[in-house]
Amino acid sequence: MNAIPLSRRAVVFCGLSATGALVIGVPADARAAMQPAAMADGTNPAKEMTAFLVIEPDNTVTIRVPHAEMGQGTSTALAMLVAEELECDWAKVRVEYASANRNARADGKLYGRMQTVGSSGLRTSVAMMQQAGASARERLRLAAADHWKIDPADCAIASGKCVHKASNRSLDYGALAAAAAAVQLPAEPAIKTPDKYRLVGKWTPRLDTAAKLDGSAKFGLDAQVPGMVYAAVWSAPVFGGALKSVDDTALKDLRGIVGVVKLKDAVVVVADRYWRARKGLDALKVEWDAAGYGGVDSDGLNLAYREALDKPMAAAEKKGDAQAALAAPGAKLVEAVYEAPFLSHSPMEPMNCTVALAPDRADVWVSTQAPMAVLQMAAKEAGLKPEQVYVHNAFVGGGFGRRGGAHDELVQAIAVAKQVGKPVKLIWSREQDMRRDRYRPQAAVRFRAALDDAGKPQAFQARIAVGSLLRGGNGPQEVQASEPMATECIQNSFYAFPARDIGVLLKNSHVPVSFWRGVGSSQNGFFMESFMDELAHAAGQDPYQYRRALLAERPDALGVIDALAKQSDWGQPLPKGRGRGIAILEAYGSVSGQVVEVTVPQDGKLKIDRVTCVLDPYHVANPNTVAQQMEGAVIMGLTAALWGEITIKGGAPVEGNFNTYRMARMADTPPRIDVHLVPSGGSKWGGVGEPGLGPLAPALANAVFAATGKRVRRLPLKHADLTWA
Amino acid sequence: MITLTVNGKRHDLDVEADAPLLWVLRDELGLTGTKFGCGIAQCGACTVQVDGKPVRSCVTPAGSVKGPITTIEGLSAGLKHPVQQAWLAEDVPQCGYCQSGQIMAAAALLAATPNPTDADIDAKLTNICRCGTYPRIRKAVHRAAAALAKGART
Repeated sequence: MNAIPLSRRAVVFCGLSATGALVIGVPADARAAMQPAAMADGTNPAKEMTAFLVIEPDNTVTIRVPHAEMGQGTSTALAMLVAEELECDWAKVRVEYASANRNARADGKLYGRMQTVGSSGLRTSVAMMQQAGASARERLRLAAADHWKIDPADCAIASGKCVHKASNRSLDYGALAAAAAAVQLPAEPAIKTPDKYRLVGKWTPRLDTAAKLDGSAKFGLDAQVPGMVYAAVWSAPVFGGALKSVDDTALKDLRGIVGVVKLKDAVVVVADRYWRARKGLDALKVEWDAAGYGGVDSDGLNLAYREALDKPMAAAEKKGDAQAALAAPGAKLVEAVYEAPFLSHSPMEPMNCTVALAPDRADVWVSTQAPMAVLQMAAKEAGLKPEQVYVHNAFVGGGFGRRGGAHDELVQAIAVAKQVGKPVKLIWSREQDMRRDRYRPQAAVRFRAALDDAGKPQAFQARIAVGSLLRGGNGPQEVQASEPMATECIQNSFYAFPARDIGVLLKNSHVPVSFWRGVGSSQNGFFMESFMDELAHAAGQDPYQYRRALLAERPDALGVIDALAKQSDWGQPLPKGRGRGIAILEAYGSVSGQVVEVTVPQDGKLKIDRVTCVLDPYHVANPNTVAQQMEGAVIMGLTAALWGEITIKGGAPVEGNFNTYRMARMADTPPRIDVHLVPSGGSKWGGVGEPGLGPLAPALANAVFAATGKRVRRLPLKHADLTWA
Repeated sequence: MITLTVNGKRHDLDVEADAPLLWVLRDELGLTGTKFGCGIAQCGACTVQVDGKPVRSCVTPAGSVKGPITTIEGLSAGLKHPVQQAWLAEDVPQCGYCQSGQIMAAAALLAATPNPTDADIDAKLTNICRCGTYPRIRKAVHRAAAALAKGART
């Protein structure tokens, strides 16, 4: 392979002024290879039955899912819902992504928002997917009746076939699909009631497992476009900072360098291979501007958030006269301040994006939770209409909110592709991924509660200082209305507090923040459920029974907490140095509780012996994948609770890789994680991807208190001295 | 020019000796089952086997590799390896991104230690899974060990 001569580089070594000036066509041979099967775009209306379904002559059923598969099992669960109504042979079902481009051409009316955020993948599409299956089944039945010239009432359905009993005839769906596609239904058929489910609710293996065991599953990083070059990125170390100067003289001796692209806040080296681009990046001498944030550090931010607790706040919830109850003579007051740090998402697949630009079309390969947002962004950056953009979503190598719409790497990839005039695969190093993340926001909360003689809370007050996720970064800091993510699990608490007073100050810094798995429930769950433990102890009551008494009006929560106590052996005595902690919360439409059991020897070396999870999501499509979500939430929750913290020094994030940002590994995994699902039914479906996160940290900290008498009020626990005598 | 034997096939490649094996496998040979996770041998997403031993390919210079390399694509035909079978039975993967590396590390562990204890698993399977599939990985390793004890072939 020949290195591209450096003289060529002059063409693409352009500053900001040239951004957007160069749009060069994709090589002709690139097009043909743009549709690898695993990233199929689902845009072949000719052979489909509906926009949701293709039934092949061999009875293979392809179900198009409008949500991303990032491990949470939504693609299997949604397919189960369709197959349940369709009454097809589950062994013949496969899934592919619904096309964002096609949805854009239909003004978003075909597949909806296509977002996979807020544990909403299943719950926002349940009705749509069930109806798609039921509608197709009914059309197949009418097509069969028409074929046989019989009364539709005499045509029955039996696992992928239409059957006419009287004449002992049957036809496979595959044989009827083409005719059924033309059937107009006079009215949409009713969907099944849960008592009729045969597949939904049963432990079902995932449809994507096999592809993830032999390397054939394609993630965003695996996109291959002929003629593409590779881009390695180095962004300003300080958020908001800018590129000042680049000295690239050392690159002239390096092989394969295509060019250096300067962006406002990043420098990008493009080469014929990724490792050559990385090597080029390491050889640059770069100067950065810190935009005035070079003096910001974690100590200062911590202080600022604690001080913010005394500032005027927006009223998020007011009920009764909490101030009076707190000031009442004889009331027992409990007060505590809790703190949580910035957290990185750190999905295992670092952010990356591959783009191919043509004058009338942009193709984007990216692992995303939000293909419609990607389509809009790409259209804007490439100067095209949304319907000219094709988003090839892939298996997502971890999302956790990181890929919910803020695709900085996509913007960079398009800027680079414009300048080099070739398809570009742009890959963030782990260090870029961690240091240019948009973190879970730093937060501080002060609680006050007044207990009566029986220990019952008469008033509950919270002051919350936390970054606004909608604002995302620095901006006007004035007191403004609250946002739901800031107060989750604290506002509208399911506990029976007669008087409530919840205030919020949305306080951002120059460090960008965004949605992190569990969002507000992940830090507020820790604050709230730790404080509930403090109230129980102040009242001299058992933490389980104390909560239980305050949940009397909520049968679903009572069901969860009672199951939790039973399954965790709550109340069985443990020696000093061992303890159990309990936590329960409501998040993403589900009630989720956990009991953590720990051993803390006198040297303070914490060991987690057992975690019991109970979840009431009201309905369960696939217990297998819901259990996975709970197991995984425990592990991710442990990482966050024990070690998770992005610290800021000189305005820049310090931690950049897994050697400094510790992750739970096999050896850190509790020997027992038991999951119990207690769906209590009703009209709504709860989320399952995020509710498992929130209870882990407080249940753990409460267990530590039970074992040692030490109350942890600041995350992560690594800062706490857990030694005892 | 370097020579690599990957999944039984010999390749003469015009790449620098210090090119990381990971990127040579992915970008030169198109074997994208091996993943990039951290670049500093911390996470193990890039684990392949050299002479049957687990190697973190992101920090392994391609020119330094003398023995035969096995990647996830070459572990077995049709998911027949007992580790893949056990992963299927326990339905281990979530996002799946780290699983190639997890499987290659587990297969190497079982080749060296056919009946590993939990402590062996803790010590040898140090790959990071952000989705938290560790409980199922542990079960799957024990399941694969049991299959091997009953005569399953690797």
